[in-house]
Amino acid sequence: MTGGSDAALVEAVSRRGTAVPRRGRPPQAWDRLKRNPLALAGLAVVGLVVLAAILAPWVAPFDPVEQFPDGLSPEGRPLGPTGQFWLGTDLLGRDLVSRLLYGARVSLLVGVLANGAALLIGTMLGGLAGYLKGWTGAVFMRFTDMMMAFPALLLAIALSAILRPSLWIVALVIALVNWVWIARVVYAQMLALSSREFVEAARAVGVPTGRLLVRHLLPHLVPTLLVWGTLGVSTTVLFEAALSFLGVGVRPPTPSWGGMINESQSYFLDAPWLVIFPGMAILVTSLAFNLVGDGLRDALDPQMRGR
Amino acid sequence: MARYLVLRLGQALLVLFGITLVAFVITFLVPADPARMIAGQSATAETVQRIRHELGLDLPLPAQFGRYLRHVLRGDLGRSYAQKVDVAALLRSRFPATVELMVAGIVFELLIGLPAGILAAVRRDSWLDRTVMVGAFLGVSAPQFAVGLLLLYLVAFKLQVLPLGGYGGLSHVLLPALTLGIAGGGWYARVMRSAMVEVLTQDYVRTARAKGLPGVQVVSKHALKNAILPVVTMVGLDFGTFMGGVVVVESVFGWPGIGQLAWQAIQIVDIPVIMGVVIFSALAIVTGNLLADLVYPLLDPKIRYQ
Repeated sequence: MTGGSDAALVEAVSRRGTAVPRRGRPPQAWDRLKRNPLALAGLAVVGLVVLAAILAPWVAPFDPVEQFPDGLSPEGRPLGPTGQFWLGTDLLGRDLVSRLLYGARVSLLVGVLANGAALLIGTMLGGLAGYLKGWTGAVFMRFTDMMMAFPALLLAIALSAILRPSLWIVALVIALVNWVWIARVVYAQMLALSSREFVEAARAVGVPTGRLLVRHLLPHLVPTLLVWGTLGVSTTVLFEAALSFLGVGVRPPTPSWGGMINESQSYFLDAPWLVIFPGMAILVTSLAFNLVGDGLRDALDPQMRGR
Repeated sequence: MARYLVLRLGQALLVLFGITLVAFVITFLVPADPARMIAGQSATAETVQRIRHELGLDLPLPAQFGRYLRHVLRGDLGRSYAQKVDVAALLRSRFPATVELMVAGIVFELLIGLPAGILAAVRRDSWLDRTVMVGAFLGVSAPQFAVGLLLLYLVAFKLQVLPLGGYGGLSHVLLPALTLGIAGGGWYARVMRSAMVEVLTQDYVRTARAKGLPGVQVVSKHALKNAILPVVTMVGLDFGTFMGGVVVVESVFGWPGIGQLAWQAIQIVDIPVIMGVVIFSALAIVTGNLLADLVYPLLDPKIRYQ
């Protein structure tokens, strides 16, 4: 992008498919985060979703895959919210609350796995290319250009269709299409960092390259990775939901939010809650990670505040 | 300028070649037998073998790729295994629907995103600013398919003012385009606000205010001209991403565009169609990027082609 220095643009462009914060000392950053009500609200919701995912077997009122004979009306229709089934039941008479709680496991697990993998690949490739520069850098840039022009959702759908989706495969596929944005940001930062004096000084006293990269350069990338990692979970949750909605995500009977909407799509005019509740779960989780990530960026880089 | 153009075109071609290669390798690895698909379940082993030979599917991967590339360069994307028609013709017949949806989607993104972003920037740090930004986050965090289904339920089913999906006149495109606009509008609002905040702190804007121009004029005539630049880039990129990224929305609304074509092809492993859509969307994305890069310096004299 020519003159593409605008942080919001970079974020918008990269995550439909985020900004480069500079360094900040963690204690101050936490103080700033504490004064941001939206970020705190986001953090609370993230905490609740994590708790729901971990405690699902103990807090869920029913088994998420058990089909209750009394979970359907005499005509065989799913029930709306009742005293027994708080958010109603689905087309097979399964309890929606329990399925939503278990669905948090899939969303978070895929979100964390896919993001972890994307961060790892992106940091390693982008970091090395930025440190080595020259030919390696040029080849890296062209390769990422190609990855960015690849229709990501199509690639993910095709790969999932071929590889027969399990939770791990879905996470891997999402990581394969998302690492490139992190790699580009890390590359740009590494390019700037590697020409700084402290790097030259470290080289001059004979610090080995591996140690230089991990002990001297990597810590400078931590704020960036923290912000991108958090915002990325939001993108990944949406991505996983879209794949499951299309029926190429995590396979039934494992409850996933996108898959729940897929299953009830043909019936949603009669039972809109079957779309509304899982949709709300996806929205709230994705929104919470976005708010925390945005708050983190403001906190880690005061110059970005309110931009 | 000429050198820049040649360089960028060269890069674009390289990117397209790379994507074609990667997509080809992926489809090669598919555990499905296209010859058996074409011949049908009742065909004899000889027939299947003959079709395999005719399509060159018995050749090693590099030879198959070379053969495919030669055809693509002549504009021949092969024939659909399932529909027995030229892939290029299929793409051409689905193209208008996707372009219609895409243009309508971008119009909604701009209608939602630009006023919201400008208002937020002008009233920076007010409750209005905060409301708009939370709204923008809501838009970008909402799963498109659920938004689409909900709009169908409320507007088309309950209020019955718009059709329940399908393809047709203006009334059919409104809901799918609004679905795209709600998510995209959130990103546009953030980019617009950010660019506007930056421009509004610049000296020339202060000068305009100092000489007594009304605030509305400062914003609409002086500041907007510069703040709109990143938005132009985004529209250019959107044209590309929408070409391959509307699978979900097209599937919810039964919109007969490229996305639906791709989705159906993937389900039945119709490889020539999948390859065609991938190359076509990549071409659209690369062209969108290139246009955005070429138009940008025309609007902003500070930036030179390099």
